[in-house]
Amino acid sequence: MSGEIQKFYYDNKIVKMFAYATGIWGIVGMLVGLLVAFQIYFPALNFNLEYTTFGRTRPLHTNAVIFAFVGNGIFTGVYYSLQRLLKTRMWSDKLSMINFWGWQLIIVSAAITLLAGFTTGKEYAELEWPIDIAIAGIWVVFGWNMFATILTRRERHLYVAIWFFIATFVTVAVLHIVNSFELPVSFMKSYSWYAGVQDALVQWWYGHNAVAFFLTTPYLGLMYYFLPKAAQRPVYSYKLSIIHFWALIFLYIWAGPHHLLYTSLPEWAQTLGVVFSVMLIAPSWGGMINGLLTLRGAWDKVRDSAVLKFFVVAVTAYGMATFEGPMLSLKSVNAISHYTDWTVGHVHIGALGWNGFLTFGMMYWLIPRMFNTKLYSEKLANVHFWIGTIGILVYAVPLYFAGFTQYLMWQEFTPDGFLAYPNFLETVTQIIPMYVTRSIGGTLYLIGALVMFYNIVKTIKAGDFIANEAAEAPALEKAFIPKLGEYWHRPIERKPIQLLIFALIVILIGGAVEMVPTFLIKSNVPTIEAVKPYTPLELQGRDIYIKEGCYNCHSQMIRPFRHEVERYGDYSKSGEFVYDHPFQWGSKRTGPDLAREGSKKLRKSHSWHFNHMENPQSMSPGSIMPNYPWLLKKDIDIESTPAKIRAMQTLGVPYEDGYDAKAIDELKAQAIEIETKLKEEGIKHADANKEIIALIAYLQRLGTDVEK
Amino acid sequence: MESIIGIEIYPIISLVLFFSFFVGLLIWVARTKKEYINHLENLPLED
Ligand code: HEC
Repeated sequence: MSGEIQKFYYDNKIVKMFAYATGIWGIVGMLVGLLVAFQIYFPALNFNLEYTTFGRTRPLHTNAVIFAFVGNGIFTGVYYSLQRLLKTRMWSDKLSMINFWGWQLIIVSAAITLLAGFTTGKEYAELEWPIDIAIAGIWVVFGWNMFATILTRRERHLYVAIWFFIATFVTVAVLHIVNSFELPVSFMKSYSWYAGVQDALVQWWYGHNAVAFFLTTPYLGLMYYFLPKAAQRPVYSYKLSIIHFWALIFLYIWAGPHHLLYTSLPEWAQTLGVVFSVMLIAPSWGGMINGLLTLRGAWDKVRDSAVLKFFVVAVTAYGMATFEGPMLSLKSVNAISHYTDWTVGHVHIGALGWNGFLTFGMMYWLIPRMFNTKLYSEKLANVHFWIGTIGILVYAVPLYFAGFTQYLMWQEFTPDGFLAYPNFLETVTQIIPMYVTRSIGGTLYLIGALVMFYNIVKTIKAGDFIANEAAEAPALEKAFIPKLGEYWHRPIERKPIQLLIFALIVILIGGAVEMVPTFLIKSNVPTIEAVKPYTPLELQGRDIYIKEGCYNCHSQMIRPFRHEVERYGDYSKSGEFVYDHPFQWGSKRTGPDLAREGSKKLRKSHSWHFNHMENPQSMSPGSIMPNYPWLLKKDIDIESTPAKIRAMQTLGVPYEDGYDAKAIDELKAQAIEIETKLKEEGIKHADANKEIIALIAYLQRLGTDVEK
Repeated sequence: MESIIGIEIYPIISLVLFFSFFVGLLIWVARTKKEYINHLENLPLED
């Protein structure tokens, strides 16, 4: 069935560009990560500047690592392997370039806007609506280019790596669009379409599947391509890889609710999340075993090859993280890990081990080949490998320890029935040594990456870049007659569009089953009569809370445990969040929960908050919370109030008709009230126009409705 | 909405669908010819 032999060229230039971007953004992302790690125990590094405080730098770090480092890593690997697996050049050089420059532009604008305080307040989806639209556009360009390439291929059969790429493409598109449903209020400010529990469900369906379909499936595709290449032998079991693929994408999409265990999410949805998360261990380990056994009988090669060493640790880290994940989804384990540094340790096994090391291995393999030379120094690559591996351990182990320690302190009662550590801060200062150790681990890892940078630059200098690599293959015959008795799966695997649709159906079902009832059925979110919309001033205060990224350190979700109820007040009910666009439950308690900060139990004076925000250590000696001095200087954006009220009305928040016209007056009146009170309490320079006033109004409102 | 009419049937339908899908997948995988798998698994090694 072979046609005439055709000559063509692989496009290496685009691969090179993405590889460079991966390296550069990787180092930037890690540097910011290191800054964040230091800020946690050395708050002076927040520099008293809004642009460089933890609430903004932490999202910058996560976005940089996920979308800039791993994102460019995906494109590097896909653009290299796709062409070769399909025996054709990318369909359009122009689209490749648009994909590249568009993505880099998005990254730059993400970095600028995140530091400037533009955020949706939803983790890993912080970017505001104009950037969201740009991401959707560039993602479509990528998919378009990929599909057109697949349709003009010279190899009939699609290797399993390509299935992973296709599933990645569709699922990320669906996740991004559904989670980014937001109502623009102005250029660079929007409110999530969903509120409270529903927002939380959509967000973590997205959040978890960003892990699944951005950090995992495309990298599995890369594993299935680059590991066999580097080992020069086919994957251990191709049949296993097929099962791995379908089982993984089917199960993953259901797992999101494991991020919301013991929250106000309906019980049945939590249970679904747990069950599917536990089952995930099977395909995940199937994949890991398939990767590791590819090296069976070739372990001598591993000893001599830094590339293979990186791959082995990457796949092992994948196995560790995907064993730990299902464990963390068990409710009893999650009770311990959630809100603590255990989670942070867990994700870094994935990020540093799996994504990082797979990327490094791929770079060491790719660059010399594209530059027609040998790696400058195999020895330095090995040095990198060892520093990096030690770095991962020194990073993660202390965080596991910190997570456990802090949980044990949170839940301990004295014999008389009081909290053993009623002051939250005590449980933080206890684990500072762990934070210090973690930052040493991170430093080691970064040093390793810099060693690679040097090694790669030297390799590039010595080499001769092959921008267009010649290849030849027979043309694909148009009319393909399926052999008699061919099984049903074969046509699917041959036909990319069908594969895409099939994958789409598989992932849509999981999402729909969890979301539709939570959205439609009343009993899932029982209303509470006393819960009322925020006043205009509180709404502005809430937007400041979101803008400053307080959710990066504070949760607003009290779980039904004796120790949490004792510490923070009654556990949270879903009906309390119905006007929260977006929800602000948070995922990590570096500071205490704030869901009932204004309640009788926790309430503090206005002046306490005033002083605390200006300088937390003045009220809580030894606090690691950053200073927020600019809140005392910057004016509330009062003019935006009517538009915000109208947007909330559109989203279903029951402000009376025409309330937008009154909102500014009411805002001012409430602000004056707070100013007066502050002055009475001895803060002579209190000024009703300042952001701090709005933030205080919001904090004092939290948890008060249900007390009425 | 208070409830969705006949919702109980949906989980059962999905279970049956997916169960059959995976059984079908396993059967297909088990019966696929060696030469065909050989071709596929060697794709990354060509070039
Ligand atoms: C780096 C993490 C971090 C960030 C970011 C952060 N906080 Fe805190 N916060 C803490 C820690 C730790 C404490 C406990 C020590 C203390 O009282 O300062 C705390 C305490 C608080 C308290 C007192 C809670 C209580 O009942 O004792 C309030 C209120 C508060 N933070 C509000 C905020 C607001 C508002 C923001 C955003 C503008 C914010 N925090 C950002 C870490 C953080």
